[in-house]
Amino acid sequence: MTELKVSVSPHLRSSRTTQKIMLDVIIALCPALIAASVIFGLRSLLLTAVSAAFCVVLEFAWEKLMKQPVTVSDLSAVVTGMLLAFNVPATMPIWELMVGDVVAIIVVKMLFGGIGCNFVNPALIGRVVMFFSFTADMTNFPAPKGTVDALSSATPLALIRQGSIGWEEFGQLFIGVHGGVLGETCAAALILGGVYLCARKVIKPIIPLAYLGSTLLFSWIFGSPQPVLALFSGGLMLGAIFMATDYVTSPSTNLGKLIFGLGCGLLTALMRCFANSAGAVSFSILLMNLVVPYINDLTQPKPFGGVKAK
Amino acid sequence: MKAKMKILLNGIFKENPVLILALGCCSVLAVSVSVSGGLGMGLALTFVLVCSNVVISLLRNIIPSKVRIPCYIVVIATFVTLVEMLMEAYLKSLYDSLGVFLSLIVVNCIVLGRAEMFASKHTVGESFFDGLGMGIGYTMVITGMSVIRELFGAGTLLGYRIIPEGYQLSILTQAPGGFFLFGCAIAILVWAMAKHGKKFEPKMGCDGNCAACHSSCDDRKEAEAK
Repeated sequence: MTELKVSVSPHLRSSRTTQKIMLDVIIALCPALIAASVIFGLRSLLLTAVSAAFCVVLEFAWEKLMKQPVTVSDLSAVVTGMLLAFNVPATMPIWELMVGDVVAIIVVKMLFGGIGCNFVNPALIGRVVMFFSFTADMTNFPAPKGTVDALSSATPLALIRQGSIGWEEFGQLFIGVHGGVLGETCAAALILGGVYLCARKVIKPIIPLAYLGSTLLFSWIFGSPQPVLALFSGGLMLGAIFMATDYVTSPSTNLGKLIFGLGCGLLTALMRCFANSAGAVSFSILLMNLVVPYINDLTQPKPFGGVKAK
Repeated sequence: MKAKMKILLNGIFKENPVLILALGCCSVLAVSVSVSGGLGMGLALTFVLVCSNVVISLLRNIIPSKVRIPCYIVVIATFVTLVEMLMEAYLKSLYDSLGVFLSLIVVNCIVLGRAEMFASKHTVGESFFDGLGMGIGYTMVITGMSVIRELFGAGTLLGYRIIPEGYQLSILTQAPGGFFLFGCAIAILVWAMAKHGKKFEPKMGCDGNCAACHSSCDDRKEAEAK
C-alpha cells in the first residue's frame, strides 16, 4: 500500500498548480518580450531564450547531481531566466548573462532549498551580481533600432534627473522607444502583462499599486522634477509588476502586501532622489524581501472567534 | 615533541581560528582582495601571535588577573608597532595596501583570544607552537581566499595578469564576494568533516577547566549556578 499523507485543514482542492501559475507569468511576460525584440532587435529574443534555457538546464543538472526530485517542469526556472534577461541591455555578452543565471539558480534558489525556499528574489540577486561585476556592460544602454545611429544613449531616468525631459516625451516613454534594458522600457506591454496576471488572479494588484502609488507620492514629497514620468522610466514597472509580486518573497496577507508595497516605494523614491546609482528598484525590493517574514508575523489575521495568544 | 606537534596541527585544522573559531574574520574579509596583501597580513599576524604568546606565557605568573587584558594589549601592541615600523621601512607598498588593518592586529581577536585562552595557562614552548599553528591556519585561509578573489575578481595573481581584461567577476573583490567565499569555505570544511564522520563542533579553545579560566562564558555561568 502506498503511503497516505493527510495535511491539516482546510482541505481545499484546486486545479491550480505551480506549473499553470508560472505559465501565466510567462504569457504575461510575452508582450514585453515582443516589444523588446521590436525596439532592440532580435538579439533580445536570443538573450531571453538562452537565459531561460540555461536556467532550466542548471536546475536540472543541480537536482540530478544532488539526487533531488527534478522540479524543472514547474517552469519557475523559465520565469527566473526570462526576468534576468529582461534586466540586461541588448548588447550584453551572453556569457555574462549566464553568470547571472548561475548566481540566480544555483546560489540563491537551489542552495537555499529550491522553489519556495529562497529568501530573496533569485532574478534580482542575479541582476545585482551582474551589475557589480560587469558594470560597464550592464549600463551600456543601446539606442532603439532605427532612431539614431548612436551606440549608447541616456536612459529617461538620467534625463529626468538632468531636467531635460518633459511631458511631450510621455508617449515615447509609454511605448518604450528609448534606451534601457530589454524588458523595462515598454511600460504599455508591462502594464498589459500585469492586467493579464490580475485578471487570471495570479497576483493581487495590491503590491504593484501600493508600490507605484507610494513611489509617486514620495518622489513628489522629495522634490523629484517629474514624479509621474519617473513612474514610467527605469525598472519600476518591471519590478513592481513582476519582481515584487513573487509569491515566495512577498507577504501573504493583504495588509502585509500593502506595507511591502509602501516600503518598496519609499525606498525607491529615496534612492532615486538622493542616491546617484542605477538599480534603486532592485535594491528596494531586495531590502523589503528581507523583512517579509517579520511583516508576515505582524500582520497575521486573527481566526474567527480566536483569542490573542498570550 | 608529539604533544607540541598536536598543538601546532590543532591551530591549522581542528581549531582553525578563522573557519572554526570564526575569529579575525574582519581582516580576512577586508584584506584578502590581493595575494600579496593576504600573505603579508598572514605573516604579520603569525609573527605577532608567536611573539605575544611567548611573552605572555613568560609573564603569566606575574600579571595580576584583574588587569590582565590591558597587560596583554601592551605586549601585543609592542609587537604590532614593531611589525608596522619594519614594514613601513622595508615593504612600503605592502604597508600602504594593508592600511589600517595592520595596526588593528592589536585588537585582533585571534591574538587576544589565544593570549587569554592559551598562553596565560600554558608553558612557553606550548604557547609558541600554539601561536605558530594558529598563525599558519590564519595565513592559509587568508591566502587561499585572496588567490581566488584576485584571480577571478581582478584576473591577476601577485599583480601578473592571468585572465585577460574584461573576463573578471569584479564582485569577488568587493565585500559581497568576500562574504560569499567565506561562507563557501566554511561549508566545504563542514562537508569534509561530515564525510570523515566527524561532527562539526565549534569550540572556543576551551579545555573545560573552568577553575583555571578567567573568562565568563555561558558554560561557566551554568556551572556556577548549579
